[in-house]
Amino acid sequence: MFSLVIGIIGVFCLAGFLIGRQRLIHQTAAAGARSHSLPNYYGLYVALWTGVPSVILVLAWLAAQGGAVDRLLLASLADSAVEGKGPAELSLLLTEIRSVASGRIFGQPSQAVIDAASRLNLWQALAGWGMVAAGSALALLGLFFTRRKVAPEFRARQGVERMFSALMIVSALAAILTTFGILLSLLFEAFRFFDRVPVGEFLFGLNWEPQIPLREDQVAGQGAFGAVPVFTGTLLVAFIAMSVAMPVGLFAAIYTSEYADRRVRAVVKPIMEVLAGIPTIVYGFFAVLVVAPALREFGRSVGLDVAPNSALAAGAVMGVMILPFISSITDDALSAVPNAMREGSYGLGATKAETIVNVLLPAALPGIVGGVLLAVSRAIGETMIVVMAAGLIARMTANPLESVTTVTVQIVTLLIGDTEFDNPKTLAAFALGLVLFLATLAMNITALKIVQKYREKYE
Amino acid sequence: MTSTIMTQPTAAETRLGWESAEVRRRIRRRHAANRRLRLYGIAAICTAIGLLATLVVSLVLLGSPAFVQTKLDMPVLLNAQHVDPAQPARGNYRAIVRSSFLSLFPEGAAMSPRDQRALFRILSNGAPLAVRDHVVANPGDLGKTVTLSVPLSDPFDQLNKGKIRRDLPENRRTVTDRQLAWFDHLDAQGLISMPFNWAMFFNSDSRFPELAGMAGALVGSFYALMVCFLISFPVGIAAAIYLEEFAPRNRWTDVIEVNVNNLAAVPSIVFGLLGLAVFLNFFNMPRSAPLVGGMVLSLMTLPTIIIVTRAALKAVPPSIREAALGVGASKHQVTLHHVLPLAMPGILTGTIIGMAQALGETAPLLLIGMNAFIVEPPGGILEPATALPTQIFIWADSPERGFAARTAGGILVLLGFLVMMNMVAVWLRKRFERRW
Repeated sequence: MFSLVIGIIGVFCLAGFLIGRQRLIHQTAAAGARSHSLPNYYGLYVALWTGVPSVILVLAWLAAQGGAVDRLLLASLADSAVEGKGPAELSLLLTEIRSVASGRIFGQPSQAVIDAASRLNLWQALAGWGMVAAGSALALLGLFFTRRKVAPEFRARQGVERMFSALMIVSALAAILTTFGILLSLLFEAFRFFDRVPVGEFLFGLNWEPQIPLREDQVAGQGAFGAVPVFTGTLLVAFIAMSVAMPVGLFAAIYTSEYADRRVRAVVKPIMEVLAGIPTIVYGFFAVLVVAPALREFGRSVGLDVAPNSALAAGAVMGVMILPFISSITDDALSAVPNAMREGSYGLGATKAETIVNVLLPAALPGIVGGVLLAVSRAIGETMIVVMAAGLIARMTANPLESVTTVTVQIVTLLIGDTEFDNPKTLAAFALGLVLFLATLAMNITALKIVQKYREKYE
Repeated sequence: MTSTIMTQPTAAETRLGWESAEVRRRIRRRHAANRRLRLYGIAAICTAIGLLATLVVSLVLLGSPAFVQTKLDMPVLLNAQHVDPAQPARGNYRAIVRSSFLSLFPEGAAMSPRDQRALFRILSNGAPLAVRDHVVANPGDLGKTVTLSVPLSDPFDQLNKGKIRRDLPENRRTVTDRQLAWFDHLDAQGLISMPFNWAMFFNSDSRFPELAGMAGALVGSFYALMVCFLISFPVGIAAAIYLEEFAPRNRWTDVIEVNVNNLAAVPSIVFGLLGLAVFLNFFNMPRSAPLVGGMVLSLMTLPTIIIVTRAALKAVPPSIREAALGVGASKHQVTLHHVLPLAMPGILTGTIIGMAQALGETAPLLLIGMNAFIVEPPGGILEPATALPTQIFIWADSPERGFAARTAGGILVLLGFLVMMNMVAVWLRKRFERRW
């Protein structure tokens, strides 16, 4: 349906372009006058007004269609089928009707469900054809009205450019819209969570056991949502990562920016970029398969008990992941320090090392600090390494050899394979996501401000 | 005054003349500190390179066996009584394979049912399917005996690749002594071969490691990346042009700018939460679909594309704009006809790098369900699919031995794609970049 209506609109646009252009050429030839704009602009003007509003209509129709058909379907079900059912059961019913409608029949669906499925198929077909009709009609309307506007004195170029500007502004707003979408969806679901679990308990509680009994008689945890152990676990892993990445990254950057000659730089910098370009799932697999067993083996040989999914393994590999990030930011910050400062220091008789430690690093410090902050926010938000290499059980410990869990691990484990949105378990993931988003946002804004200020100082 | 100081040096200065031992010692110390710092730098870089080398070498060592597959070149009697020629796809191929396999062993017919079961474990569950595919393609072969290459099951694949040690006691390996003897019997007849594992690329996911391939994941990733590109490329360029060329400098555009920079640093999993809450739950889009995956990835790639496009536009010198304006072009014409084409190589380079990032992104795809077990490649952007990184994640979670090699093999394929994309980007930059 969608490709059909888009195809129809496309054909109309092409027709609109040719018609608008041709009409202008005829009119100027007949009147012997010069047109205000080039002929192509008249064609484009008609084509744009044919295509843009109708495509917007089609997209809006698609977005609204699913919800509207579901609501109609629920309203059409007999009261006995709907009465007294919670939202979870209703959505289960809808899923069953949908799968029957698409021909995947499991077990023995009731007659009511089969009827509803055939109604659903009918309505969906109707809605689809309605979309085709409405989209084509709007395209035709646009074509018809703008075609009449075409005349030699009509300012078509300005019209086209206004349309372009509008499209560009809408595109620029998409970025804002994304942020709003993130914030709104996280806030909405998190508030539903805080309806059931008090904010204070979530932020300051010391016990995290999100496994909720699915049936009344099931023996399971009662569900405790104190997120402090999750936060400490995240901070522990991030701290280990930073203590691996900071020294290596800093020294590497000092060497490449101050000591190395051009040939060495030309080799080393791409290697760092390769490290930065490796997908995090690869690092995760590396952590599980190589680093964790090696650490365990090493621990055994010196008589230490290392957990198979220790914070140390996850943190160390995460450190490797953010290492290139730190080294490139430090490199940038060091090269931004004006040469006059370097030469001044050499002129006073300082060695290279003394210049770096006493002059360059203090001068570059704001840039480095900003970069480190960005790196910390990345470490906290990193998911795949910890999902694969860190643990699932929340434990409050500062021992890097034990297993801890992190915010991102909990989000993934709480949400994988579970789509019901009415229990605290899934909603807790959004509360954790909100905390994660706000924390990283604060760090990013601070870091970007620091880096920007620093850049202005030397430019 | 000055002359007295010059002529009467203090005691300390005398002691510390340039030639004095003390100063020499100090200079030596200072130079040693300098050499030390340099050494730390070299050590740090060697660490980084060493880590990268360890990563690559361990992945290659682990993943390379996945690119070959142990197969049995078995003479198969395509017994017509098991297959209805009218419906060759629905025959009893299991019986065909089993009787042909049994006939390879002299004692075959006399084996107890229990031994036969143990014997058949050597063959993969995919063997009957391979025979079926042959018959469907060549219905004329029914009733004849043909030699077909069928896969062995994972334990024997591992055995043939030397991953299972024969000297372990029997109860500590997945292969019994009798099965070992049978396998050696086949090997002695020269029936065992190890060709390139095309199934890795043309099969979809399977519960059996020897049959699992990444065709579904490749197609799914292709669809998701296509959706991502179709959304983020035009929108990103339009937004960047507006911000760089048209937008007035005011509070609003500052907000947009800060916002874009922040979005680029938002953890990827947060985008997954957005996709789950908005696309799946609010708009009721299909779960696990490449369409939704591509939309989520496009939201992540958008800031990257905006940032590189702005940088590329900024690099076009103002003289180009002024010259075009001078001959009477409008602002839009200047941008679309002159500035944008000149910035295009830079934009494309940045876009390819952004796409490479999107290809390797896993976490948001997990949240929208692209980690399901799916046995057929998706037929469109609305059908459930996996993507390359999520397929790797699924395999990494599977306990069978063969999946570890499959995982590493999948990672090598993913890295291969990333290397190719980055090489194209580098080539574009080298070929078309203009220094003004």
